[in-house]
Amino acid sequence: MSDKFKAEDFEIVGIRRQDSEKLAETPISFWKEVRLRFFKNKLAVFGGVMLFLIILFAIFGPMMRPFSYSDMLGNFNAKPNGTNWLGTDELGRDVFTRLWYGARVSLFIGVVAAAVDVVIGVIYGSVAGFKGGRVDNVMMRIVDILSAVPYLLIVILLLVVMKQGMLPMIVALTITGWINMARIVRGEILTIKNNEFVMASRVMGASSLHIIFKHLIPNIMGSIIVTMMLTIPSAIFTESFLGYLGLGIQLPFPSWGTMASEGRTALSIYPWRLFAPALAISLTIFAFNAVGDGLRDALDPKQRK
Amino acid sequence: MRRYILKRVFAILVTIFIIITVTFFLMRIAPGSPFSQEKAIPEKILQTLNEAYGLDNPWYIQFKDYLVDILHFNFGTSMKHRYITTNQMIGEGFPVSALLGVEAILLAVSIGLLVGTVAALHHNKWQDYTMNVLAVLGISVPSFIMASILQYLFAIKLNVFPIGGWQSFSYSLLPAITLSLSPMAYIAKLTRSSMLEQMNSEHVKLAIAKGMPGKRVVFRHALRNAVMPVVTYLGPLTAAIITGSVIIENIFGIPGLGKYFVTSITNRDYPVIMGTTVFYSIILLSAILIVDILYGFIDPRIKLKGGK
Repeated sequence: MSDKFKAEDFEIVGIRRQDSEKLAETPISFWKEVRLRFFKNKLAVFGGVMLFLIILFAIFGPMMRPFSYSDMLGNFNAKPNGTNWLGTDELGRDVFTRLWYGARVSLFIGVVAAAVDVVIGVIYGSVAGFKGGRVDNVMMRIVDILSAVPYLLIVILLLVVMKQGMLPMIVALTITGWINMARIVRGEILTIKNNEFVMASRVMGASSLHIIFKHLIPNIMGSIIVTMMLTIPSAIFTESFLGYLGLGIQLPFPSWGTMASEGRTALSIYPWRLFAPALAISLTIFAFNAVGDGLRDALDPKQRK
Repeated sequence: MRRYILKRVFAILVTIFIIITVTFFLMRIAPGSPFSQEKAIPEKILQTLNEAYGLDNPWYIQFKDYLVDILHFNFGTSMKHRYITTNQMIGEGFPVSALLGVEAILLAVSIGLLVGTVAALHHNKWQDYTMNVLAVLGISVPSFIMASILQYLFAIKLNVFPIGGWQSFSYSLLPAITLSLSPMAYIAKLTRSSMLEQMNSEHVKLAIAKGMPGKRVVFRHALRNAVMPVVTYLGPLTAAIITGSVIIENIFGIPGLGKYFVTSITNRDYPVIMGTTVFYSIILLSAILIVDILYGFIDPRIKLKGGK
């Protein structure tokens, strides 16, 4: 190796002062980088496209056919065909129309439950993390006890007690659903609250509320978004699970869980009646999970170059 | 260690007390009584029934009675099926559910670990991508839908497994597989990521540099550490299996605890609902405690807080 280069192969260039401040690459903002990384992840992009399509169908799907979700068309348990794209159910209602009405219900419940979880979880978690000490201790003890309660059992009990409907369902889903968010937010706040920018803000006389909402929460937005993205599918799952158990939103208003449970009763003779809602539930949960996972990877600071 | 366990047991007792209280009052305010049927029951009989079950006492007496009963592990008599106590139902249903649950946990852990390790060792190759897609799918397909699909495929179309019931070992296979799939996917993901981390760690690099054969490195050095997150997951896993079994048992017609739980809900059979909820909670909380204690034994770096 040593005989390959000789001293005369090199020249002294001195210090290039004008270049020392130059950056190797054009700097890009954090969110732009996140976006780049997200779009590199094929699974996540696939999930995103699917999610977009599902939302599109939930909005326009019911308008695509001339039936309403409760129209009884007279032909029962029809196979998928030209007029009834996904067949009809045992009362002769169009499955395609009902499926996308159900999508509205399921998506609405999922998104609202997740939003409520975010609001409660973020406030609870940031207060606990920011106050610290005894307040934190007591608040987290409460969370520990709540999280030890078997989640589905309590949801089932609540729905047994309350009347069935949209609001009780959302209440039941959020009653323990916010705990995960609160824990994550608290942990994140604990790690960043001793940073200098927080101290600087405090020195300048900012109130605790100002610090929490203007400085701390924007800094942990990434984890909040990811957790929310992963809360939505679990809410949709729980809703369909409860619908399946017969504790869902009351008929004739369709939801995916109740449709799946109706479809199951005739599984061996009319299997397509189960497969439409089953596929819809699975694909929706899959899409949310894929996007959530992709976002988590994209937001992970460890992956920054 | 002893102090730690004592502290945890105390916390569990507090939690169970809270669960009992919440369940009790939820049941009190629930609409519909266990005696309400289509046919109206004469006033006199209703009164006798209420007296027999102590429902005419004020709530605090009922609550006290219930607590005392639970302290004696007596969960009361079913209001629907006379002469059957909740204890008998638990005694009949729990062994069945436990067998199903253990089968599912073993399946989930063994296959999950295997798949996760293979994926990590082939990082960014086709094995890894396939596993990733399968895992997201496995997590996304709800167990009750998976149950129906498997039932349709293997019991109705291919006729290899019985469609439901509980008579021999082959009857437990399909439900156990269904129950294990989504935890399996989760374990595979966990194993993959922690295995990747381990394979890049200094001590594994050293072992490879020393010329240790690949298999030995994986099993003796990497997997041993990578298994830790999976051990932590065992607690929540038990919870998932327990709640999952509620619906799976219903679909496959298995006479386990979950089936009693669901029928007791539709029947508004208060003592059975409360009894099963409390029983489930006890099982769950003890499972989590056992996992935490095990964790301390497996990983000597972890000092359990509050102990010496």
